[in-house]
Amino acid sequence: MADVVTEMSPLDGRAGSGADTAVIVEHPHLSKINLRGDSGDQAFMDAVADAVGAAPPVEANTVMTAGKHSILWLSPDEWLVVTPEGKQGDMEVALAGTLEGQHVSIVDGTDARTTIRLHGADSRNVLMKGCPLDLHPRIFGPGQCAQSILAKADVLIHQLDDTPTYDIYVLYSFSRYLWDWLADAAKGFS
Amino acid sequence: MTQKFRLAEGGRINRDHPVQFQFDGATLHGYEGDTLASALLANGVHLVGRSFKYHRPRGILSAGAEESNALVQLREGPRTEPNMRSTMVALFDGLKAESQNRWPSLSFDVWSVNNLFSRFLPAGFYYKTFMWPASFWMTYEKVIRNAAGLGKGPLGRDPDRYEHRNQWCDVLVAGGGPAGLMAALAAGRAGARVILVDEQSEMGGSLLSGTGEVDGKPAADWVAEIMDELRSMEEVTILPRTSVSGYYDYNFLTLLERVTDHLDDEPDGKTPRQRFWQVRAKQVVLATGAIERPLTFLNNDRPGVMLAGAVRTYVNRYAVLPGLKAVIFTNNDSAYDTALDLRRAGASATVVDVRKAPRGALVEAARAAGIDIMDGKAIVKVNGGKRVTGVLIRELSEDGKTVTGGSQSIGCDLVAMSGGWNPTVHLFSQSRGKLRFDESLAAFVPDKSFADERSAGACNGSMKLLDCLTEGLKAGLAAARDAGFNVRKAPTAPKVDEAEEGGIMPIWVVPSGKRLGQGGKHFIDFQNDVTAADVSLSHREGYVSVEHLKRYTTMGMGTDQGKTSNVNALAIMADLQGVSVPEAGITTFRPPWALTGFGAIAGRNVGEFMDPARLTAMHDWHVEHGAKFEDVGQWKRPWYYPKPGESMADAVNRETLAARSAVAMVDASTLGKIDIQGPDAAEFLNRIYTNAWLKLPLGSCRYGLMLHEDGMVFDDGVTTRLAENRFLMTTTTGGAANVLTWLEEWLQTEWPEMKVYCTSVTEQWATVSVSGPYARHVVGSLTDYDKLGPKDLPFMTMAEMDIAGIPARVYRISFTGELAFEVNVPRRQGLALWRAIWEAGQKYGITPYGTEAMHVLRAEKGFIIVGQETDGTVTPMDMGMDWIVSKKKGDFIGRRSFAREDTARDDRKQLVGLYTEDDPHHVLVEGQQLVAEVKPTPPMKMVGHVTSAYFSSNVGRSIALAVVEGGRERMGETLYAPRLEGGRPVKVTITDPVFFDKEGVRARG
Repeated sequence: MADVVTEMSPLDGRAGSGADTAVIVEHPHLSKINLRGDSGDQAFMDAVADAVGAAPPVEANTVMTAGKHSILWLSPDEWLVVTPEGKQGDMEVALAGTLEGQHVSIVDGTDARTTIRLHGADSRNVLMKGCPLDLHPRIFGPGQCAQSILAKADVLIHQLDDTPTYDIYVLYSFSRYLWDWLADAAKGFS
Repeated sequence: MTQKFRLAEGGRINRDHPVQFQFDGATLHGYEGDTLASALLANGVHLVGRSFKYHRPRGILSAGAEESNALVQLREGPRTEPNMRSTMVALFDGLKAESQNRWPSLSFDVWSVNNLFSRFLPAGFYYKTFMWPASFWMTYEKVIRNAAGLGKGPLGRDPDRYEHRNQWCDVLVAGGGPAGLMAALAAGRAGARVILVDEQSEMGGSLLSGTGEVDGKPAADWVAEIMDELRSMEEVTILPRTSVSGYYDYNFLTLLERVTDHLDDEPDGKTPRQRFWQVRAKQVVLATGAIERPLTFLNNDRPGVMLAGAVRTYVNRYAVLPGLKAVIFTNNDSAYDTALDLRRAGASATVVDVRKAPRGALVEAARAAGIDIMDGKAIVKVNGGKRVTGVLIRELSEDGKTVTGGSQSIGCDLVAMSGGWNPTVHLFSQSRGKLRFDESLAAFVPDKSFADERSAGACNGSMKLLDCLTEGLKAGLAAARDAGFNVRKAPTAPKVDEAEEGGIMPIWVVPSGKRLGQGGKHFIDFQNDVTAADVSLSHREGYVSVEHLKRYTTMGMGTDQGKTSNVNALAIMADLQGVSVPEAGITTFRPPWALTGFGAIAGRNVGEFMDPARLTAMHDWHVEHGAKFEDVGQWKRPWYYPKPGESMADAVNRETLAARSAVAMVDASTLGKIDIQGPDAAEFLNRIYTNAWLKLPLGSCRYGLMLHEDGMVFDDGVTTRLAENRFLMTTTTGGAANVLTWLEEWLQTEWPEMKVYCTSVTEQWATVSVSGPYARHVVGSLTDYDKLGPKDLPFMTMAEMDIAGIPARVYRISFTGELAFEVNVPRRQGLALWRAIWEAGQKYGITPYGTEAMHVLRAEKGFIIVGQETDGTVTPMDMGMDWIVSKKKGDFIGRRSFAREDTARDDRKQLVGLYTEDDPHHVLVEGQQLVAEVKPTPPMKMVGHVTSAYFSSNVGRSIALAVVEGGRERMGETLYAPRLEGGRPVKVTITDPVFFDKEGVRARG
């Protein structure tokens, strides 16, 4: 591995912006493995559980969490396995090991997307300025995730708690646009 | 402070908060809670504008959203807004308004001469007069646009902030009058997520305009109680000053909230002036009320002629007396309330009722109050210019078609008219709802619904207060239930005392005793100056459909969209055609309900937020090194890197020379990359691409062309076999998303049995491509040089190795035709890789190059760019790429189309090169047409066109690629390229499309 200095996020130097009740902070290098497989195949579910600690969620737009690992539902046969920074190699190896011989796809997407954490009482109001999802607590709560648009960027939104706190996954190439958009949308909530 | 017409007490204005404002430069006073219209009337100002076509003096017609006359230019400078309805403009301290459509001043207007010549300005005047000569329209238009038109748009950049908001709800209630309040209360108590919207500054609707009681208390107190309860409900959102601007499919509605329009604040950069809501509602309750119809009588447009209900609103809600001596002209009972209220407020009131011997509680009440009632009579003319001075009254025949007897003159300063009420069915109609004509109301009412919506109250044709309250309650309960809520604590409808009303006598044109159009005008559409005579003319000229009537006369086409005029106009037309009103039909109601500014529609999608700029990992380096950028889709790609004093051509020449004589580097990160895995991956590629893939060795790369089913080229790129069952496909930058969709579509819909997974990894990798004779030296100095040798890493193979200590995939592929290495690393290390290569390349003179040099370099080699050489009508064979279309393997997408006669023609346009004959430095223009035979003037037969044209410093002259009919058989022939700017066509020679290193040895070195 190269030393840390060579690892850059386009959002470096922009940590902690927004408003008092809607703070944005980047979590740039969370490990993210894009996993595809057949959730109807018990062998697949068991093998993933062996590697991650939890089987992939089959209910749409939900998240399974096991310790430091989360599995986010993306589509009926696609998940994002999120683990702490620097662990993508280990996770890839672990999954490849338990899933050996099965028809699956394990692709490292750690560097494709960054994660912007939006936290505070007005977080939902900030998202509602640009996201057409129904994020009302009756509909969308902790442990749920969904892919949608936020302003003009494709995003994956994962709600972590009732504060509310959201992890927003966005392709790196859009991250400055989205960061600036979020900081702008948070105006008026300070 | 002289507000001569302000009543001493009453009204919902805040007398503790006086407000100063300006109208046409004059300083006037009003109170907080006033609208601009009510404040003007309090000051005795009735003349507020000039009409669109005839420049007739106009006053205030209504007290609400339907206002067609009293439009003003509000504020100044870049914040100015035209055509603001003064009836909807909340008064604030320092407000500045100007009247519109007058010159040089409101009371003396030069263009009012149009009124005198109005017989020469009939309906369809433009169509008849300015038809030809067609070229003269430009001249006519300038004069017409100056003479007609309403306000002026701002010239400067709008300094205000506008925002969007997405919102979901269970029940959206449109309208905060009696029906809407009950609906919101019922749904709110059931626990539903409710949005209650009203255009006015406060909820209450018609209850704020009257003097009645609800549940034994003044109506306004009842409203306050309901509002207190609604405000206490967590899931109820209350939006005053908010219009439902559109009702679209699947209960998607847009709202325009005027957040700070009613304040005198300067923009603070964070509070929006307006907010555009995009609401998805499970259920909608429409409680939009009703709009009073004007009566159509001679000179009914004079300032001082107002809708009767509006007069009542001004008296009761705003404590303003619009006149001291009033004539109430009506065909129904509702206007008697106005007469009674005016009398109570101290004005004199005479009622002229077209009905003979009207009966009903209100009529009796008026009679008991000593109000003079002239029944069976009509106003045949209004006197006065800039203000009503009196009316002439005559006896009306029983059928309402003629007047008889002598005329009686009454002096007055106010005419309050009522022609009945039209339910406000606009939103219902926008939701696709079908209307029916209700004879007892003489109006259209909702009939069949198509959306999850219900109408309640006056907009549903229920004009009595008790019915409004009851229907609202029912609608709210039903909506909550249909949205999935269990209704337990249902409220009950409050008690009200109401007078029984008599019926209406429809009268669409009030006769004047003269022919229509003589002695004055019967206005229908005040804003567009459309009269009853215009409708009659349109009928005589054969316009049968209401839609034609609308377009011919421009009736209903102004900023008010005919809110007061549509039904009157089509009823007159029906009468002329001898059919019933519903038989004549009604024009279509379309969004928006009211003027919606572009600021609100744009929201924050302006400036840097208009379109995202996608940036690569190396973007900041490119900026630091002076790159000019080119937009490729949403990507910002370096276009060229000019050194100080260099032109674009200088820079591109330097960059292209460096790539062939030394070494150059380009940021290729934006190319699409798709990871393809599964036991059927190779077979899948075999079907997707035109060439064979099953036997591609591990670690080898192959170029592929992708076709649509029609056999036409759609994308291209290099795909590498990473493992037995794993490939990495690259696509064009712009085609990346489409290709992934294409692959998924075939996998999901046509070949679901194939075991293949595709995953986009475009953004996972940062890519630096290093080209040129010293490419191996540069990249080799950052790794084990021997791993890059011609035998160790031959052309069209890939190997994994560390480059500058970063784990990388190194591909020996080349888009320049030079020895090239394409180095891919995880994105976060892209900038570090780029810098390492840049440093290592310094002693070889490494040159960064942009997309322009890249395009020149590939054109020198005759490599196509999909979308530049191809346009969706081009086969691989047209591109001279027969070699890539497998004849042996099985089926692939597009193959069958090559059996078509058309794709086998030998005169199809084929890829060729072009040299200019006379001037080797002349660069052709992309898209330039090619002809074999020049004629003095077009048309000439076009045999092809230029697809790419550059100056090539490597070839030492200009080069071009083109597609030419049967081009491959025409090598050496001369063609001509006519110039857009005129002059002699450029002579060109058809050549081979490969201009440099025809044997292709350099890339393999």
